[in-house]
Amino acid sequence: MTQHLETSFDHRHLLDIARLKAGDIKTILDLADTYVDKSRAGDKKTSLLRGRTQINLFFENSTRTRTSFELAGKRLGADVINMSVSTSSVKKGETLIDTAMTLNAMHPDILVIRHSESGAPHLLSQKVDCAVLNAGDGSHEHPTQALLDAQTIRNRKGRLEGLTVAICGDILHSRVARSNIALLNIMGARVRIVGPTTLIPSNAKALGVEVSHSMEDGLKDVDIVMMLRLQTERMQGAYVPSVREYFNFFGLDKKKLSVAKKDALIMHPGPMNRGVEIDSELADDLHISLISEQVEMGVAVRMACLDLLTRGDRA
Amino acid sequence: MSKHKITAIINARILNPATETDTHGGVLIQDGKILDWGKDITEGNLPEGAKVIDAEGNCLAPGLVDAHAYVCEPGKEHRETLKTAGEAAAAGGVTTINAFPQTEPVIDDPSLVELMARRARKTCDVKVVVTGALTKGLEGLEMAELGLLAEAGVVAFSDGQKAIGDANLMRRALAYATMFDRPIITHAEDPTIAGDGVMTAGKIATIMGLKYIPTCAEAIHVERDIRLSEMTGAHWHAAHLSTGDALNTIRRAKDQQINVTAGTAPHYHALNDMEVGEYRTYARVSPPLRVEEDRLEVVEALKDGTIDVISSQHLPQSADSKRLPFAQAKPGVIGLETMLPVSLRLYHNGEMDLLSLLRTMTVAPAKLLGIEAGEIKKGADADLCLFDLGKPWKVVSTELKSKSKNTAFDGHLLQGRVTRTIVHGKTVFKR
Repeated sequence: MTQHLETSFDHRHLLDIARLKAGDIKTILDLADTYVDKSRAGDKKTSLLRGRTQINLFFENSTRTRTSFELAGKRLGADVINMSVSTSSVKKGETLIDTAMTLNAMHPDILVIRHSESGAPHLLSQKVDCAVLNAGDGSHEHPTQALLDAQTIRNRKGRLEGLTVAICGDILHSRVARSNIALLNIMGARVRIVGPTTLIPSNAKALGVEVSHSMEDGLKDVDIVMMLRLQTERMQGAYVPSVREYFNFFGLDKKKLSVAKKDALIMHPGPMNRGVEIDSELADDLHISLISEQVEMGVAVRMACLDLLTRGDRA
Repeated sequence: MSKHKITAIINARILNPATETDTHGGVLIQDGKILDWGKDITEGNLPEGAKVIDAEGNCLAPGLVDAHAYVCEPGKEHRETLKTAGEAAAAGGVTTINAFPQTEPVIDDPSLVELMARRARKTCDVKVVVTGALTKGLEGLEMAELGLLAEAGVVAFSDGQKAIGDANLMRRALAYATMFDRPIITHAEDPTIAGDGVMTAGKIATIMGLKYIPTCAEAIHVERDIRLSEMTGAHWHAAHLSTGDALNTIRRAKDQQINVTAGTAPHYHALNDMEVGEYRTYARVSPPLRVEEDRLEVVEALKDGTIDVISSQHLPQSADSKRLPFAQAKPGVIGLETMLPVSLRLYHNGEMDLLSLLRTMTVAPAKLLGIEAGEIKKGADADLCLFDLGKPWKVVSTELKSKSKNTAFDGHLLQGRVTRTIVHGKTVFKR
């Protein structure tokens, strides 16, 4: 499939949402729409990126994101190589650069990187000659997650502008939250973040969001509820006293959801902690839960990103 | 109306700090509530059939609210029970006890709050509110379930006599507590500086050869927590301050409108480190009794309002745990019964007026704990105490109601004694 969309998308890398413009995001989502159809067809493969090399460089464990990127690359015809590097062997920026230089010498066309340190993809992008795609860096951003979330919302609600979206849970450590806040703000949605005081940055309002510490207030009349995963190590008294307390105050269940709009939908970037941040019954309710749809959109959005980022090279 | 019998207390000097009232008059009680009160309630114009209690000119104040006491139940009933603590409280004019979580098990689980409340209703003559643990097991490592504890009804969070050494844990706990609108009550003493010291730094500790705690241990902790309170917006309360340094720090924070309050205990405004005398373990408290200069600073801070609350810091200890070499003896003194008479010294010495003094044991602690108490008010529960302001008496430890007799005031001559205590309209103590 060869796309010749009129586009102003001229980014070399996809490092964060913050530097994208509304037009860029629209371009990605429109293109992703076409890849949704392609992925649902019997023959899912194109030769758009034939001969191109995509390296998935994962310094942090991930199954779903890595698989999604791998599938996206393969469906576009690229040669995909997965590299998992344990974090313990790479602790210093210097070593990251060494790794980058080594990979660069192999002439990849796309580097997809996930790293536990915020800013690692930025550093990498300064050192390599190919496109760098951020697959999640520390507590900074996870741009393709926000894009796939936007795609999912747009499919169901027809628009992003004017919607009210509540992002709930561990905002402090969440790259998903930061990317989503940035994207939703750019696209004209209203964002509310909801979570315990210990898991919301103290200056969160600077992000251009409303802040709430109660689900009852935070979920009032929202169109979309995005739940975030709470890392288990944060539940044991440091940030939150216990799982049962967290679920009691911030776990999404039918009662808490009842103050949202009647047609409100729920999302979760996965993997879910059932009974911690979300009630199992609700997560599995196909009428209101978009969780499976998010995964499907993930592949399409990543195909669109890979396509757009390599256009300059392919021209 | 005939069914709902009225009790009238007349001929009293009514002292109601909440309204700044100091007047001769009376109070009408019906169905456990205050029907009316004021100077117009006199023998001549009482409702028909009212039962009359003649106060004989004695003081009538709101029942005292003790913001800091250890009742030892559950788990340490050999030292005190809710019943005996209630009797001691009633004899001291205290109608509400704030029970601290240093029990066995520690009150860090919502079900224990309910257990406490149920036991208190059954066995205790005065009202009991509960402070929940700030950290699990009072171990100072992980936050307790503050939200669930708040839902179960705790009025504050505290690790009691244990200071939180980890500043970051304190920071998160303060931030977290803001969601539940409860104060964190702190034993303000840097544990690393305090170490295993047992006396305050000074001439006496040096002569006696006892390990001492420098006064800055208190100021450093207070300073740290004030900054954390400022950052998080949480209400932080120093349980019992004892040094001029720390009080100056509080004074400054209050000037800056930071959400902090402070308390002290009668032994810090009435006693100094001389009291330890010949290794008297009944004068061992935590923080330790301070030098005279610091005691005077405590009095000064009470006078200028830097200290908001006087609480008993009632901590029963068995005789066995006090019959030991000084450093091995457990710290703590009982105080429910002597809080008012000891504090009345400040009035008799001319340091404080009665209303300001009573404020520290009535409305101020009620406000700290966010409870309806400490005030004579139409429609409010009739929780009252009558006391004979000038009555001289001598403290005899064995005559005190508390199960443990570890008072620091044994043999002291005091002036002013509670004559009657009323909870919910019912007389629970009469002398």
